[in-house]
Amino acid sequence: MKLFPIRGGIHPDYRKELSSEKAIVALPLPELLYIPLQQHIGAPAEALVQAGELVKKGQLIARSQGGISAPQHAPTSGRIKAVTDIPAPHPSGLPQPTIILEPDGKDEWTDLPEPIADPLNADPQMIRERVAQAGIVGMGGAAFPSAVKLDLGTRYKLEFLLLNGAECEPYLTCDDRVMREHADEVIDGARIMAHTLGVKKIVIAIEQNKPQALAAMTGAAFTFSEVDVVGVPVQYPMGSERHLVQAITGRETPAKKLTADIGVVVHNVATARAVHQAVRFGRPLLSRVVTVSGGAVREPNNIEAPIGARVADLVALCGGFSGEPASLVNGGPMMGQPLPGLEAPVVKGMSGVLALTAGEVNEQPAGPCIRCGACVAICPCGLVPVEMAAFIRKDNFDVAAQLGVMDCVSCGSCSWACPSHIPLVHYFNYAKGMINAQERERRKNERIKLLAEAHNARMEKLAVAAEAKRAAVAARKANLAAATGEEKVEA
Amino acid sequence: MSIAPISKSGPFTHTTSSVPKTMLTVLLALVPATAFDAYLFGWPGILLFAVTVGACVAVEAGCLALAGLPMKAALGDYSAVLTGWLLAMSLPPWAPWWTGVLGAVFAIALAKHTFGGLGQNLFNPAMVARVALLVSFPVVMTAWVMPHPLFSAGAPGFSDAVAITFGGNLPDSVSAASALGYVKTELSRGIPVTQSMAHVPDLMDMALGLRAGSMGETSAILILAGGLFLMARRIISWHIPLGMMGALFLMGTLFHMLDPARYTDGMFHLMSGATFLGAFFIATDYVTSPVSKPGQLVFGIGCGVLTWVIRTYAGYPEGMAFAVLLMNSLTPIIDQYTRPRAFGRSRKGEPLPLEGK
Repeated sequence: MKLFPIRGGIHPDYRKELSSEKAIVALPLPELLYIPLQQHIGAPAEALVQAGELVKKGQLIARSQGGISAPQHAPTSGRIKAVTDIPAPHPSGLPQPTIILEPDGKDEWTDLPEPIADPLNADPQMIRERVAQAGIVGMGGAAFPSAVKLDLGTRYKLEFLLLNGAECEPYLTCDDRVMREHADEVIDGARIMAHTLGVKKIVIAIEQNKPQALAAMTGAAFTFSEVDVVGVPVQYPMGSERHLVQAITGRETPAKKLTADIGVVVHNVATARAVHQAVRFGRPLLSRVVTVSGGAVREPNNIEAPIGARVADLVALCGGFSGEPASLVNGGPMMGQPLPGLEAPVVKGMSGVLALTAGEVNEQPAGPCIRCGACVAICPCGLVPVEMAAFIRKDNFDVAAQLGVMDCVSCGSCSWACPSHIPLVHYFNYAKGMINAQERERRKNERIKLLAEAHNARMEKLAVAAEAKRAAVAARKANLAAATGEEKVEA
Repeated sequence: MSIAPISKSGPFTHTTSSVPKTMLTVLLALVPATAFDAYLFGWPGILLFAVTVGACVAVEAGCLALAGLPMKAALGDYSAVLTGWLLAMSLPPWAPWWTGVLGAVFAIALAKHTFGGLGQNLFNPAMVARVALLVSFPVVMTAWVMPHPLFSAGAPGFSDAVAITFGGNLPDSVSAASALGYVKTELSRGIPVTQSMAHVPDLMDMALGLRAGSMGETSAILILAGGLFLMARRIISWHIPLGMMGALFLMGTLFHMLDPARYTDGMFHLMSGATFLGAFFIATDYVTSPVSKPGQLVFGIGCGVLTWVIRTYAGYPEGMAFAVLLMNSLTPIIDQYTRPRAFGRSRKGEPLPLEGK
């Protein structure tokens, strides 16, 4: 298959060898599971259980609310200990409503929905409902409810499903292992998804630094002529949705549009596996593979962990820390979020837990910009980070927006490449937040203005009406007086 | 165990490149040419070089102290050393010590720190200093000497060198015109280029450095090697050097073809003066050149054309420094017009149209 170049990009130290040869191991059931009600983009789920209640594995414990949301299920059987607020796996570390489940060790399944017989000929709506019920969200990290994305076929003219197995983030090997060990499940899930989207063709893109995954997936796809497994160049951020679509099709998704607008829907490989399990076995999303790696981890590993297991449990299975980690990251080192602590639970979008040494992070105090232009050359979005940062430093968000800061995907390439260690992405995230806040404020003011104007108009109308009434009354009185006067004269 | 909360967003990994490493690599690239020049021009050249670099570092330290800035990080980035080094290479090797010191004040205090220090200056500090010295002290700054290799007969010993550099005792007999200067003077006397060219060193000698000129003007081959080394290490890209040398060569060749008696040829332009030093080490200064690759190409071509224009029509025989400074002033506007096209947007910044819609 002919591939197309993408702009810029970097070649960081991948260090995937730390965990790439470790087969997926299941985490023994921890003492407690902490299941946050919000693990996805959209509205948080609503808890359906109370403290003391007994639940079985796979039982719905929180239902989705609204169009973009996802339900949560009990990852094992046990007793609900509490529904309370605990710090979320989010950089803020703010508390978030969470269901705490105490496993009983029996791991007893609830009555699961019937498998969908012959899903490749089933009604797409039925599959979408099943995926929504199973609480499946994008497992590459974005955690967008998958059922919503599987609905795109009804609104867009689609050409093919692009399965993202690029895994361009350094350290992460969870998708690599899933593709190597469960290639058949991934391919089956992808075929079900393609059918649901109403597309014939499937392209599976895998970075060439994963030859075993490429071989396994090519082998598993061999009998399906509609599936193409493609090795893509090792170039961060190849796994970025829009860039991967460009590498495969040569087409550039226009700003403010979706890849679906140019005929492609992108899903992650682990998501495809989850769809396979939901459709073929009725199993909701209860666990995910997490790469635990980094120089500060004694034995890096790929762990299939139940949702809600604490990061500390995973680290313990890896033999703990070999040294004090300089930073603890949720996800990959490029686009991951800082983890507030080891108490944070595993959530559906958590692809990795990294404990990095100071040497790996190589954090230095920021120096003056020498305008070397490295950030301009490597920006995959064609932006000028050096210029945007200069304006953001002065809180000049209007110019920063004109220069395209809202088009930045926060891939981190510029911050990585900066020889002066200027935290460019930090500036851009700050600017995006401020611009969004200003936009909200502007809309609010507009609404207030509109309401005030409507109010004034209404008041004016009332005043005019009252005036008219008063005039009418006065006129009648005058008429009446005149009439009686006339009568008097006549009398 | 506790982990200090991270107050910054990702990435949580960084390249190993840094400003000091970049500067050191550039210095390393200059070492062969500098060492050869030290040999060619002997002790006076070495003394002037040491004085200039030392003065630049001292002025940098003074400016930092005045501004109340941390000394260690700024002095540790080697930017002042590099400025001093490049300035020294653009001075006549046997010039007196005060040219280096005054140059350091021009370069570091006026051209760099009054703008806000590293990264803030609009003009290349070394070239500001060179031009300021040239227009203020034209005689001293054009007192070129032929090479007097170390330990060769007639080469000044250490004590003679001290007298030359610190005493101002430049022997009258040794001064010589640079090739560019010679051709220009002859032309002004009505002697066509075709005749005067017979008296300048041949191209091979010019390339090897066996000619009069500043340290950076001689040993073109070693400067070229250093420049290629920087390109191989990806410190600089081809855009500025190739744009500049290409434009200079093309202008030279074109006009030489039109009127050989008036215009020197392209090859002569390439090998003479500070073409290589300018193209690889001066014009490529990060701070004062455009940030995008297309912008750098425009900048390089501009430097090349202006160098040719100044060499050919202006009063000074060598125009490289002027050309770079003029283009420096255009850098912000070049930056503005050569921004890359953003992903998913047209050049004007509008979202791309959807195909077939």
